[in-house]
Amino acid sequence: MSDHHHGPEKGLMRWVLTTNHKDIGSMYMWFSFAMFLLGGSMAMVIRAELFQPGLQIVEPNFFNQMTTMHGLIMVFGAVMPAFVGLANWMIPMMIGAPDMALPRMNNWSFWILPFAFALMVSTLFMEGGGPNFGWTFYAPLSTDYAPPSTTFFIFAVHMMGVSSIMGAINVIATILNLRAPGMTLMKMPLFVWTWLITAYLLIAVMPVLAGAVTMMLMDIHFGTAFFNAGGGGDPVLFQHVFWFFGHPEVYIMILPAFGIVSAIIPAFSRKPLFGYTSMVYAVASIAFLSFIVWAHHMFTVGIPLVGEIFFMYATMLIAVPTGVKVFNWIATMFRGSLSFETPMLFSVAFVVLFTIGGFSGLMLSIAPADFQYHDTYFVVAHFHYVLVPGAIFAIFAGTYYWLPKWTGHMYDTALSKVHFWMSFIGMNLTFFPMHFVGLAGMPRRIPDYNMQFADFNMISSIGGFMFGVTQLLFLFIVIKCVRGGEKAEAKPWEGAHGLEWMVPSPAPYHTFTTPPDVK
Amino acid sequence: MRLQARRLVMLLTGLTTSPALWAEWAFNMPEGVTDLSRSIYDLHMTIFWITVVIGVLVFGVMFWSVIFHRKSRGAKASEFHESTLVEILWTSIPFAILVVMAIPATKTLIEVYDADNADIDIKVTGYQWKWQYEYLGEDVSFFSNLSTPRDEISNARPKNPNYLLEVDEPLVVPIGKKIRFLVTGADVIHSWWVPELAVKKDAIPGFINESWAKINKPGIYRGQCAELCGKDHGFMPVVVDARTQEDYESWLQEKREEAAKIRELTQKDWTMSELMAKGEEVYNKVCVACHQLNGQGLPPMFPALKGAEMAVKREMIDDHINIVLYGKKGTAMQAFKDQLSEVDIAAVVTYERNAWGNNTGEMITPKDILDYKKDGKYTGRHSQENAKEAK
Repeated sequence: MSDHHHGPEKGLMRWVLTTNHKDIGSMYMWFSFAMFLLGGSMAMVIRAELFQPGLQIVEPNFFNQMTTMHGLIMVFGAVMPAFVGLANWMIPMMIGAPDMALPRMNNWSFWILPFAFALMVSTLFMEGGGPNFGWTFYAPLSTDYAPPSTTFFIFAVHMMGVSSIMGAINVIATILNLRAPGMTLMKMPLFVWTWLITAYLLIAVMPVLAGAVTMMLMDIHFGTAFFNAGGGGDPVLFQHVFWFFGHPEVYIMILPAFGIVSAIIPAFSRKPLFGYTSMVYAVASIAFLSFIVWAHHMFTVGIPLVGEIFFMYATMLIAVPTGVKVFNWIATMFRGSLSFETPMLFSVAFVVLFTIGGFSGLMLSIAPADFQYHDTYFVVAHFHYVLVPGAIFAIFAGTYYWLPKWTGHMYDTALSKVHFWMSFIGMNLTFFPMHFVGLAGMPRRIPDYNMQFADFNMISSIGGFMFGVTQLLFLFIVIKCVRGGEKAEAKPWEGAHGLEWMVPSPAPYHTFTTPPDVK
Repeated sequence: MRLQARRLVMLLTGLTTSPALWAEWAFNMPEGVTDLSRSIYDLHMTIFWITVVIGVLVFGVMFWSVIFHRKSRGAKASEFHESTLVEILWTSIPFAILVVMAIPATKTLIEVYDADNADIDIKVTGYQWKWQYEYLGEDVSFFSNLSTPRDEISNARPKNPNYLLEVDEPLVVPIGKKIRFLVTGADVIHSWWVPELAVKKDAIPGFINESWAKINKPGIYRGQCAELCGKDHGFMPVVVDARTQEDYESWLQEKREEAAKIRELTQKDWTMSELMAKGEEVYNKVCVACHQLNGQGLPPMFPALKGAEMAVKREMIDDHINIVLYGKKGTAMQAFKDQLSEVDIAAVVTYERNAWGNNTGEMITPKDILDYKKDGKYTGRHSQENAKEAK
């Protein structure tokens, strides 16, 4: 194809110094997978302790560190970097750009992450243990009553924020400046659109998180009382600031997933995406709404009636654009010519299970009912239904869809289907019973429980172990595919569309050094 | 281990064969025992069935395509890919459903917020890791601690049916009266939750939240703290004992008499062995969660008392009493002056100075604690008198 003056350098320095979007994308993906296994093994500790009533394996304080670290690592270490990795790999190839717009900053955004997480995970070994106040770190449990290592946690969050903001700036600069001639905004693949909107969300809210942790730092070390009523502050202020970040953050973790699924479903339905324009508008509306619903995480803190009603209505509204997306995916499948290769399996599971998570979300939006659901396992079931088969299944789907493009090999399709079915069954076995224990009255974040919750918890644990072990199979499949396998064509999927399929597989180190012609 | 295996087998066979087993399990939100909890339950079931209907329709169309529009069945793909009419329809129909749902939800919400004109006011304060109940205007106030024995938690003994959902002193309330709960926190944020009353309100230090319930049926209603509040978040249950008006009043009378008796006990002359026995009892209830049964604590968060300077040096008795009474700011060590009587405090300090090899031989009496509260220092007056008698 094109003429290469140089390929990648050899050895370790290739990875340390690289400014190549594909190298950086791969590093993000590997880092994310390592964090997925680390956060996952913490989930295994949690499920082992909850296998039956009584305290068996860990102390309550360590249990709290596990729930906290599991959440933080999965959100900031596994899901977000995986999407940034996919953005790095795919956005330049999808819009016909030679690389990301800011390649050196790209290198830096990645290399901050291993240090940030090394710092955060190291707190587990410090005197007093690591963060034990939940991934939402509500003050004053995370300030006046926190272990000494909290300061390190705060700096780790700052570093992650810097990394995310730089990554987001890079994505925006790339999409707005480096599109090939003819690639108008409304011709961009939905993955690019969702990432453009996600990047704006990131720039808007990561500084808010930085503000929240900085106020914590001040409260802990410099005698301020932002979150201490005794000094004129307000513990609820923390929650407002946190969730002003936190709710858009939830959509940061799902919008790129919408983009991936919107690429895969048409490809394996052999039919164009239904309602492209409405899909773009739906994503934009969801992003807008994400800024005005934050207090639905706080229905029980005692906000005034009018505030409660406003946040209830605004939250219910999210169901409308989200529904539009689901209807569009199904309309795309309707009267298509469907086949169920692994990416499609994960995508169909995504639509079904994400919708179930959406249903429980709709239930949670009803404020009076939320008084019963809030802080129970019903909520745990809800957000795992939108995050595991939502974000994570979409990442698997994307990986299986683009892996032949990245490696130049087909993966072991039989094994990948085993991976899908084991994940699908394991995931449902883990999280579906949580709806029941939550409704029956089991609070979240407890290391021990009454016997009435025992049977469902045991099922959840068995499902959890099954889901956990299955992910080692995914590692095996990917390594096997990287090392060899049947040669992949430039476009291994019959129904796939997009510029990324115009370049050979594996994608050369430099692609689109001259812009392609977009019709 | 064998028990586990048996339960697992029962579980798996039960799942597939016996619908009766399903019936025993709690699946769903309780309907509860107040009018409000019923309305909330109805809202929950309404929105649930709405999502079920939408789910059946949406997944129905999807699985229709999955089954009948397969390439392997020779399906040919159509080319249609947009329809403004369809988009408008599936935007506006869900919107209409939401409006229909919002009306009853708003009505119920307004009721939940109407805590005015209550018959009884009870202040509920969350502490790490217990609840305090104060009956405003009644001069009755007490703490409610988990009463599940540690042995059951550590699996040394079989668990009773109310495992982790039982307390030493439940909140006693009358039925048929509007009870207003004024909820606050003493240290971190807790959340006071009783599913059967559909009351869940965050207990936030420095702020007072309102909630209310009018209970229709006498009974014991159990709940838990719902907001992560540190190490023993899972071990601070809420138990509400709803009684008829007469039973409630006679209970109130008993509580008042009890308070008088405690005042008497403060004046009594205590012996070392009485104080040690009482002290052990108090310690195992109140202090053990952090400082541990063996007095070795869980450093650095929860320091050891065994061999600790404060608990063995004579000149530090003042500090010892002070920290128990007034707590230590910025740590989990809270002020016990309102939670424990002078007798309890004297006993527990004596116990800590003589248990686990801290054999100081020093005895602190309830009168010493009274003096301390008055003068702000330990005089040892009463203890010396006692010591003389003991000889």
